[in-house]
Parts: sequence; C-alpha cells; structure tokens
Amino acid sequence: MADNVKPRVKAPKSASAGEVVTIKTLISHQMESGQRKDKDGNKIPRSIINRFTAEYNGQMVIDVTMEPAISTNPYFEFDATIPEAGEFKFTWYDDDGSVYEDSKAVSVA
Amino acid sequence: MDFTRRDTLALGLGAAAMTVLPFRVNAAATDDLIAEFTGGAEMGAGGLTLTAPEIAENGNTVPISVDAEGATAIMVLATGNPTPPVATFNFGELAGSQSASTRIRLAGTQELIAIARMSDGSFQRDSKTVKVTIGGCGG
Amino acid sequence: MNKTTASRLALTLVLSFGAGAALADENADLVVNEEIEMTVRAPAPAYLDGHLPEILSGWLFRSDETQDLQRDDFDNPGMIFVDQALDQWAMVDGSEGKSCASCHDDPADSMAGVRAVYPKWNADAGEVRTLAMQINDCRETQMGAKKWGYTSGDMTAMEALISVQSRGMPVNVAIDGPVAATWEQGKEMYYTRYGQLELSCANCHEDNYGNHIRADHLSQGQINGFPVYRLKNTKLNAAHDRFKGCVRDTRAETFDPGSPEFVALELYVASRGNGLSVEAPSVRN
Repeated sequence: MADNVKPRVKAPKSASAGEVVTIKTLISHQMESGQRKDKDGNKIPRSIINRFTAEYNGQMVIDVTMEPAISTNPYFEFDATIPEAGEFKFTWYDDDGSVYEDSKAVSVA
Repeated sequence: MDFTRRDTLALGLGAAAMTVLPFRVNAAATDDLIAEFTGGAEMGAGGLTLTAPEIAENGNTVPISVDAEGATAIMVLATGNPTPPVATFNFGELAGSQSASTRIRLAGTQELIAIARMSDGSFQRDSKTVKVTIGGCGG
Repeated sequence: MNKTTASRLALTLVLSFGAGAALADENADLVVNEEIEMTVRAPAPAYLDGHLPEILSGWLFRSDETQDLQRDDFDNPGMIFVDQALDQWAMVDGSEGKSCASCHDDPADSMAGVRAVYPKWNADAGEVRTLAMQINDCRETQMGAKKWGYTSGDMTAMEALISVQSRGMPVNVAIDGPVAATWEQGKEMYYTRYGQLELSCANCHEDNYGNHIRADHLSQGQINGFPVYRLKNTKLNAAHDRFKGCVRDTRAETFDPGSPEFVALELYVASRGNGLSVEAPSVRN
C-alpha cells in the first residue's frame, strides 16, 4: 500500500427522497505516472489509482477509469440521486492491488 | 507606461516566441483511442460540454469538467500527453447528472478532447485548447 | 556595459516576456467555507516607509481556477496534510511517552492565534523562534523525540494544522524590543542584491509586483499563506524553501532553511504582511 493514503468524502448527511446531491471525493495518493525519472536517470515505475467507483445501496452512481494523467491526490466531483435512506460506498483501486474504501450514510427526511 | 527601446525590443522577442510555442500532439494514439471508443461512428456536437481553463497556471493540476445529459460514458483525452488517455467516466443508474469534475496533468499546451457515448448509441464530441504556462519562478 | 546594467537588462527582458499570461482577478474577495472572511488587502504598515501603497495577499495574483481551490477546504489539497497532522497530534512519540495532545489538548483551543504572532521572541532561550523551531523544541525538550527536518513533510503539515487554528486572524508579529536587531537584519537582507542577477527581494516583490517574470505573475512575496500547497509539486511548502528557491533564482548560493539568516528574513517578511489574514494552507501555482 502506498504511504499515507487517506480518502476524504464530502456528502450531505440527509436529503429528500429523489433529491440530486453533489458529492466530492479526494484521496491522498502520489499517482506516480511512470514518466518520471529518479536522480540516477532510472524510470520510476507507474503506481497509480486506476479506478474509482461510487455506489449507493448497491446501485452504481459513477465508475471512473483513471489514467496517469489524473493529478496527484485525485479529486472527483459528481451528482447522485438519493431514492431512499441508505449508504454510499466509495472504492479506490490501486495498481499495487490495494483497495481503499470509505462510506457515508444518508438519511431521508 | 513609458516604453523604452529595450522594452519594445523585449516585447517583440516575446511575441515572436509566443508564435513558436510547442503545441504538443500525439495524433496516431489519439485517433486509435477514439476509434476504439466509438467503433468509427460519426460524432455530433452540442450535446457535450468540456470545460477547461484557457490558460493553466501549472500543468500539474488543471481543473476540468464534462457534462452530457443522457450520456452513458464520457472519455477524456489529452492529445499532447505522452499517453493521451485521461479518464473515462461511466454513469450508473443513480448518477444525478451525466457530469463530473476532476483535476488532470497536461504535459504542455495542447488540445483536450472529450467524447460522450449517448444512451441511444450515438456519440458527441467537444474539445478545448489549454495553454500551459511554463517558466518564471512558479514553473 | 557594466554588470549592474546587464542585470537590469536581464530583468527587463524576463519581466516583459510573459505579458500575455494568465491574469488574476485582483478585485476578488476571499471567503473560505462561506464562513472565514480573509483580509487579502490591507493598509501598509508604517515601517514600510511608503514603499507599498497597500499590502496584498499572494492569493490575488493567482488565476481564477487557483483562487477557487482555496475557497473551500474540501477543494484545497493542502487540507489533506492538515488531516494527517491531526493524526500525528495525538500520536505518542519519543522517550517521555507524550503526544502533542498530552500538553496542548485540542489544537482548536490551544493553538488559536499562535501562527499569527510567529516568529517571536523566546525569553527563556534568548532567541527569535519560528514556528518550526518551536515545534522541534517541543519534540526534543518535552517529548524526547527526534527533531523533524526543518522543511520536512511532517513539519509543514504540523505548521499547517497549527496555522489553520488562526485562519482569518491578522498576522501580527512584533518587530521591536528584543527582536529589533533580528528584524533589522532581515530588512537589510530584503534590500540586498544577491546572485549573478544581482536581485534583491525588493526588486521583484516591491518594485515589480503585478508584472510578469516570464510566465509568472509576481506577487508581493507575502508569507501569510505559508505553508502553501503548490500545484507545481503537489505538497506543502515551507517559507524557507520558497526563500531558498528565490535566492537560487538570482543565481546565488542560498542560505539553508532554518539558518539564522532565513529566520531573520522570515521575521521581516512576516512583518510586511502584518494586517493580512493567516491563510495557511494557501494554494499557489
């Protein structure tokens, strides 16, 4: 696992049924592109998060294929529909096989 | 502001340099990726909006967003990067809109292309040129 | 052509060069999280002797997109490191079995206002201390822990966490009394031309702020936003690393981060921003 990987998610704690809400996610990750060289001129191998998904109560919101052109500390902002009370599940997939997860519960008034 | 002869000379040099700024393009790879995504289908315009700054202060972190109502997927390509793919956004049934924002790396001044696959199987295209400033103490 | 003329010509050339680059919205106002109102322009302190008509945060000199990154903590990548430092705050380190929290509890209470007055005089030690020096003194003397590198990731993150507790408060460093001699030393450095390009801090940041140095939009070189998250290297950067970069850009041998020279310069430059808000972690290009 890459060092100091920490997901952050901003989602509303409550919504009305059928409401569209904006979600922001940020994860600390170097996103080593595979294009850089170290001090000795050797290529630094690629090591990135290559996929990000957001689900709500098991249904897909967004599924992003990520390439080395995504900046360090990957950031996404997108909209989700909240049909009923439940939970978001966010998953980031690292090249090295690590999986980072975060979740956020949403109540419906 | 008073222009000295030197200032004027410098401005002239600056203008000359601007016209030969490298405009990066990786055409073959870009064409292949588009063909793979669309299967060679025609692409319409107007149904997809790609938003990017005209000038990026630093190529390492360039904010972009895509928006195409009714899209199932949107692919973003940086045509001048060593590897043009940037990201593909696939929208699920609970997507509140077919739009997303992220931050990307650009290896220099170049054209960004976004292509949306619409739910009816058609395709939409949009592009933006982003100038990436290099140099000075910030570069 | 003598050397001074040559360096002035060099500066004229580079300053004129990027005149078409991104122009910032210099009339913008900064409110963070729709809550913290930042003072990004303030009256120049009297001791600047009229050299600046007003003092301006570096935030004003950045592009619209970069400015936006600082308007919301979630959009500000520097806050990642504040989160990491908050974990560190509670972590026991060193021979005394203490964490920062052992003595200072919740940083939101104990650290409010601290950043705004650093660097400041430490009477017990008889020296001017920067925040980084104080953090390392805590680690060594109170915790029995190893010092952090002066501009290391651990250090800049901890400085950012402490600074966040003072956001929106005006920078208010003392320049008189026991620090007066150090402040004078810093002022002397500010106006001294360094390097093969023979440039002083003032040549760029007092005489030419608002102009372009190649593609870079020159600010007043205020440090109220440090440590700053730079898009260039995607991490927090200490003021002393920026000083080092500036001196290097004059083609000079630079002073070391944490050196007495840079401590004096930090005190003086911080005082030039007395009245601007503590902004850290700010976002710059």
